[in-house]
Amino acid sequence: MNDPLATPLWRGARVGTAGLALIAAVAFPFVFTNPAVTSVAMFTLLFVGSSSAWNLFSGYSGYMALGNAVFFGSGAYFLANVAKDLHLKGGIGIFALVPLAGLFAGLVGVPVGWLALRTRRHTFVVVTISIFFVFQLLAYNLHSLTNGSGGMQLPMPPWLADTYNNYFYAAALVVAVVAIALSWAVRRSRFGLDLLAIRDDEDRARGLGVRTERVKLAAFALTGFITGMCGAITAYYLGSIYPPFVFDALFDVTIALMAFLGGLGTVTGPVVGALLLEPMQQYLTLRFSNAGISLILFGCLFLLVIRFLPEGVVPSLARLLRHVLRTRGEPQAGPGDPPPYDSPADHSPAAREVPR
Amino acid sequence: MTALLEVREVRKSFGGLHALNGCSLTVQEGTVAGLIGPNGSGKTTLFNVITGYERADAGTVAFGGQDVTGLATGKIGGLGVGRTFQLTRVFNRLTLLENLQVGRAGVPRERRGELYGPARCMELLDFVGLTALAQAQAGSLSYGQRKLVELAMVLAQEPKVVLLDEPAGGINPTLIGQIADRIGELNRRGMTFLVVEHNMEFVMGLCDVISVMERGAVIACGRPEEVRKDPRVLDAYLGGALDDGPDDGPGGPTGQTEGIEGAQP
Amino acid sequence: MSILLELHGVWAGYDGGDVLRDLTLSVPAGSITCVVGPNGAGKSTVLRVISGQLIPRRGTVVFDGEEIGGLSPRKILSRGIVQVAQEHTLFPDMTVRENVELGGFLLRDRAEVARRLRQIEDLFPIVTDRGGERAGALSGGQQRLVEFARCLMLDPKLVVLDEPSMGLDPKTLRTVLQQVAAMRDAGRTILLVEQNVRAGLSLAGQAVVLESGHVRLAGTGAQVLANPDIAHLYLGGAPRSLA
Repeated sequence: MNDPLATPLWRGARVGTAGLALIAAVAFPFVFTNPAVTSVAMFTLLFVGSSSAWNLFSGYSGYMALGNAVFFGSGAYFLANVAKDLHLKGGIGIFALVPLAGLFAGLVGVPVGWLALRTRRHTFVVVTISIFFVFQLLAYNLHSLTNGSGGMQLPMPPWLADTYNNYFYAAALVVAVVAIALSWAVRRSRFGLDLLAIRDDEDRARGLGVRTERVKLAAFALTGFITGMCGAITAYYLGSIYPPFVFDALFDVTIALMAFLGGLGTVTGPVVGALLLEPMQQYLTLRFSNAGISLILFGCLFLLVIRFLPEGVVPSLARLLRHVLRTRGEPQAGPGDPPPYDSPADHSPAAREVPR
Repeated sequence: MTALLEVREVRKSFGGLHALNGCSLTVQEGTVAGLIGPNGSGKTTLFNVITGYERADAGTVAFGGQDVTGLATGKIGGLGVGRTFQLTRVFNRLTLLENLQVGRAGVPRERRGELYGPARCMELLDFVGLTALAQAQAGSLSYGQRKLVELAMVLAQEPKVVLLDEPAGGINPTLIGQIADRIGELNRRGMTFLVVEHNMEFVMGLCDVISVMERGAVIACGRPEEVRKDPRVLDAYLGGALDDGPDDGPGGPTGQTEGIEGAQP
Repeated sequence: MSILLELHGVWAGYDGGDVLRDLTLSVPAGSITCVVGPNGAGKSTVLRVISGQLIPRRGTVVFDGEEIGGLSPRKILSRGIVQVAQEHTLFPDMTVRENVELGGFLLRDRAEVARRLRQIEDLFPIVTDRGGERAGALSGGQQRLVEFARCLMLDPKLVVLDEPSMGLDPKTLRTVLQQVAAMRDAGRTILLVEQNVRAGLSLAGQAVVLESGHVRLAGTGAQVLANPDIAHLYLGGAPRSLA
């Protein structure tokens, strides 16, 4: 079956687009220097990372996790605690702790996943939501680690106001690129194939020898790693963190929504979803200041997407493009052309030899 | 000859329904064993119990002398028991090549290159006539084609024994012949088969020994020519004598639908 | 004999390309037409086009004198084409009678539903005999018969059967095929897709052989069975016994 989007030309176009997008992302803070704009851009990149991370586990495996703020908050509180205990000063060095915060969140993912992944489908969704609330509750009550509702302060970076955002933007860009690269690599690997097989028929996959428990847990922890880094950067940027800010139920839903909007289980879907939604959300919040209205508009958009682009933006556009390409190329495909499908007549006897 | 697969007095109930009612069955190493019986006699349930998709209420399953009763599906598969499903279970949103590749996880690391190299995967797809669809999503295929994908998936792993659940259902007759040839070829190289099938010509032509199930138990067992003359089999399953005429094509006994042919305008 | 359904020059397919390529076939009223062909020839795709699940890219689908290509599945159903799928589609936890009654969900007139139910019970005794049982408790062949009964509730002009022989033991298969013939004798037009070629063709007044998305051969069942090419290509020789 010939996919018109699988030609070298289109493959090249995809690589080219990715390269241009990266260049644009690097150049962005040099072109738009307004801190209000770079702040929105930085949050957008963090959501690109978080949503890609969500998709890496939930989109590929079909396990809809709605508690990834557990990782986000764990990363944030890890960074705050380490900075406090080591009496660190603000500066670029703090960013070196971000991967450690990610590792910590990934480790948190192991027992959480071990518990939650005993369930499937809607039970799994409910379990992840419950675990999320347990973590939020712990953040309020484990005073020695979180200072409860009093919150925690992080070191203040010594940067000037007009370049302040750029450091965070750079860190967020690195995390976003790592997330996309991981999600691309996983999609093309055996590990990714195992996850996709689990999504389609988990028992069958196990019957064929896929170590489903291990594969799911590894992907869950990997998601935790990326999301934890996003949480740590956010904490450093905000300067102070409180339980409901970093363990935020809205975060759980938003990253899933972004992946749905862009295209569940695709590499580019969550990226596109985050690029569309996060700036809009920030704008609506600024514009109406009342978060309620932005939530309502958000919900309406989601319904529209489900109604008109049920597979998400990326797969729907790809389908449309394929259709256009095939219809344009149609006149060459006359009835006399070789049939697209195999027929027994196409097989020479040699092709029928029993493979060993 | 040694017994490769031994099922002893297996029972399995669903609510009040006794799907398996003291079922015993032995498959000798290196044979092609057939399993026939009316719809609902428990053949698929027996497959599920053997491969660990369902747990027996009582009784034992031994493979190669080792008790495998109640082991996880993956473990049983790892020992060398492969199977296909009557209602196909392929990975709908993966391509055919990817479907084949999933089974890679179930073979020893050192054999992966040999069993799952690109050339061998394409050979397997070619055998079932699906080369042109290698990059198509399995969910877009017809039932018969998905059936063929399943066959390729199980053969790829080169298990010691293969349980085939209606391999000829929904497959065109020419290809049924090729599948029979292929099974024979693999059998000569030492692979053991247990085949559930309603296509009598396929079963009679292929199997060394045939067991007949009814109401959750094996009621008869023997060589094809013995089984087809067994009055219990004729009554419970075939509903009449099996023709031996040369015209008895695939679908076997359907040649005897006299009433229907007579009703043709 | 009048033509009930005609596909003319139909091109249709999925993302990957066309499966049906300039397909033309006709189904005469009041008989059984059987479509055969190798796996991947496009049999399932033909059924999807007829039932409205797939819109043909080119060509016409004329049913009972009207173009139906591109109509929604629901509209096509109400025009009188009912399909019985390959898989089992009864609601297993509802009774046999409830399942059959559900077949009339497009009807508003309760009295009409009851009247048709009585007619169907005459043709399918199983609906009376096992009416109160859970449909899921029936065997595969029995479920198939109930599916036939259910599809007749809409009093269809055309009944489309997708591999009714699938998964049936020989004894049950015979009953099911007899029932297909009985539906024909009761005046229904039937379009049958069968992989069990001899069973299908022995039943059919007219046969169509599909290959790579177009019609390779059409004629009476007997003509097709007798065609040496077809016999060689699709009907297969007897499977070689083991050496």
